[in-house]
Amino acid sequence: MQYVFEPGFFTSGPVHVALAVGTVIAITSAVVGVFTVTRGQSFAGHSLADIATTGGSGAFLIGVNQFWGYLAFGAGAAAFMEMIGIQRRRGRDVATGVVLGAALGLAALFLYLGTQYSTTTGASFTILFGSIFVLTPSTVPALIVSALLALATVVALARVLLLTSLSPDIAAARGVPVRAVGAAFLMALAVSVALSAVIIGAVLSTALLIGPAATALRLAKSPVRAVITAAGLGVLAIWLGILLAYDSFYWPPAGRGWPVSFFVVTLIVGGYLVTYLHRDRRPHQNPEQQNIDAEQACSPA
Amino acid sequence: MFTGVMANTWIAATAVAIIAGVTGFFAVLRGSTFAAHAIPNGAFAGAAGASLLGLNPFAGLAVFSVAGALGIAGLSRRSRSDVATALTFVLMLGIGALFVSWSNQYAQEAYSLLFGEVFGVSTDEVLPILGIGALSIAAIIVMFRPLMLSSALPEVAAARGVPPRRMELAFLLVMALATSMTVPVVGALLMFSLMIGPAAAARSLTARPVLAMALSVVIALVTVWTGIMASYQSNWPLGFFVGILGAVFFLAGRGYAAARRRLAIRPA
Amino acid sequence: MTSDLLTLDHVGVRLGGRDILRDVSFGIRPGQFTGLIGPNGAGKTTLLKVILGLQPVTAGQVLIDGQPRSPRDTSIGYVPQKLGIEPDIPLRVRDVVSLGLDGHKFGLRLPSKTRRELVSDMLTAVGAQRYADARVGELSGGEQQRVMIAHALISQPKLLLLDEPLANLDISSEQGIVSVLARLARAEQVAVLLSAHDMNPLMPYMDRIVYVAAGRVAVGDTDEVVQPEVLSRLYGQHVDVIRVHGRILVVAAPEGVDEAEAAAEDAGVMR
Repeated sequence: MQYVFEPGFFTSGPVHVALAVGTVIAITSAVVGVFTVTRGQSFAGHSLADIATTGGSGAFLIGVNQFWGYLAFGAGAAAFMEMIGIQRRRGRDVATGVVLGAALGLAALFLYLGTQYSTTTGASFTILFGSIFVLTPSTVPALIVSALLALATVVALARVLLLTSLSPDIAAARGVPVRAVGAAFLMALAVSVALSAVIIGAVLSTALLIGPAATALRLAKSPVRAVITAAGLGVLAIWLGILLAYDSFYWPPAGRGWPVSFFVVTLIVGGYLVTYLHRDRRPHQNPEQQNIDAEQACSPA
Repeated sequence: MFTGVMANTWIAATAVAIIAGVTGFFAVLRGSTFAAHAIPNGAFAGAAGASLLGLNPFAGLAVFSVAGALGIAGLSRRSRSDVATALTFVLMLGIGALFVSWSNQYAQEAYSLLFGEVFGVSTDEVLPILGIGALSIAAIIVMFRPLMLSSALPEVAAARGVPPRRMELAFLLVMALATSMTVPVVGALLMFSLMIGPAAAARSLTARPVLAMALSVVIALVTVWTGIMASYQSNWPLGFFVGILGAVFFLAGRGYAAARRRLAIRPA
Repeated sequence: MTSDLLTLDHVGVRLGGRDILRDVSFGIRPGQFTGLIGPNGAGKTTLLKVILGLQPVTAGQVLIDGQPRSPRDTSIGYVPQKLGIEPDIPLRVRDVVSLGLDGHKFGLRLPSKTRRELVSDMLTAVGAQRYADARVGELSGGEQQRVMIAHALISQPKLLLLDEPLANLDISSEQGIVSVLARLARAEQVAVLLSAHDMNPLMPYMDRIVYVAAGRVAVGDTDEVVQPEVLSRLYGQHVDVIRVHGRILVVAAPEGVDEAEAAAEDAGVMR
């Protein structure tokens, strides 16, 4: 038992904070993620994460906590994406890609300038890959409140989002303001990405968003079960990740612990692979469905 | 600026730009923007691991990149493609983060692998870059017609015996090999910018495939050369210039296309 | 006309410089089963979208119960043509039908026994009970069709619109769907407007036909409307109507028929 829980794990202050904040953020991310994957907006979620990187780097440059940078740039990008609107899918992906390129270029610049003018070591690494054990206490209330707001938004919109995924035409015919709902969801997504970026880094936040959700969608058939399963998987990944990272503190080779984000991401993707490899029986599989599957497999975008 | 160490930089960067222009043209044509973003990150993990474990760096790079491409293609069989790409992407980055964290210069190394470190190219790094680059271009030339057909008209290609899934895998593998060499120079996160920006701009300028591909290469070259000069003068990271210039050329291309449409509508 | 559930009054739709629909007028009374028949591209889907409020009109108006359509009108149910549901969408069949009741509302809602029973009854009525707990994305086209009909009917609309529900079905599924629809429509007194390019599967059930061709309509009983002279006028070219084994075929004139001769013949017979 001593080897599973290294001494001091249960009494460590930073661990407590990490577990508490991590749990809230993991749940938010997973729930938002279920709708993100269902709506086919995984790439948008990833793009927001990259743009959040720019925000975090910029915040670092001007000496402000990363979270505000992630949030400001993420929300701004979400608003901009909504303004551009839903155009032809390929054109939109290329445009998003170019914007990402510029944003990442800016992030490179901000990080470079930031490291010139500041004395914090490892800042780049923290912004890119997270720092759950060194959360700034003053930001914790803001993190919790943001998480609850994002969760509340998505829960309130849940039925409408599902109906729109089923058929945007039916939703529109019943008076659902499809565009406004999409915009509100994108904002919740931006907030969720900013939160995950704080604990596992901007470039990896996609893992907390997509992984548990994608896994849950393979396991659960109903919306309620999908959301609960995703949240459970996300929380499990965070707890195990925190535990392993704490335990790894004295592990070779560097003696300063392996990154939490590595454990979290590996656990999440590993969990997904387990469900992926397990051959699921599809009782109603028909030729039409198989054609659709083949079509989807042909063009990773 | 053009002698000694910098000579290697210019050669390597030129090779990188040509590779980026060619593979980028197909990536944009096939709508594989996300894959183009994800695949170089396999190289990030490979490079980090290689430098750490003292392995032959290029073997490490190639192995991880190819693993990434196989991962995306493999997962896409039973999942949505964007989910497959996202998960492969983060796994590669996560492993890379682990390797980087083991080194003593972890912040610096993470930064340079992700955003580029063009000024550290040594002579024995230039040759593999040129070699793999030439190989990738040769592969694309050999595959050119079936690749064009399956990119533009997938159903027709399938009917003619060009299986789309296999073509996709082939393309991802070429992209993996090609970008694996370029990551130490331009950086994993910015390589995709060099692929997508110039290619997208070229497509706005012309619809003819070979001309578009040539223009992609030209614009990529201009981007990289300008970037190197600017980076040399200002010490700012090359990745910054590549990202911004990519966006500038893309917008310029769109502006040109819009202006041409407007002129065509106006009565002569 | 004022007792009509749905009234289209000289409706026109112009898109991209083309008149998709011109001077369309007809009414639907409660409980009527109406076929919206016409070739592909004639404007059937546009017409349905106009009724649903998804397509603005450039002329005329659409009245529901004598009033202009309001945005949150829930008295019209809709079954779209092709859904393209992703296989991993987290909705079981019973969830989809349940969304028919309140999918357009915001906020949380607690599970209720009444709702569960309503959903169950609806599923049984359309014959989807045996796959009630299956993922909707894994069903065949015909099965999904039934589910969407249940989804549309559970909120007790006064009018049910279906866009080409028979297009992707095999013949036995076709007949199943139409008889279920007709039975439910009579039972619940729901008017049905169903678009199709082949009117034959609907013949036993249709009360009236709205025939659409080249953006214009001819409305009435099947015997009135499906006549060579009426349809020729609609299409703007000579068409023949062939009745064989109780089935109706509308065909364009064969090559070699003297157009002027055919037109003169028609003119002599036109009222």
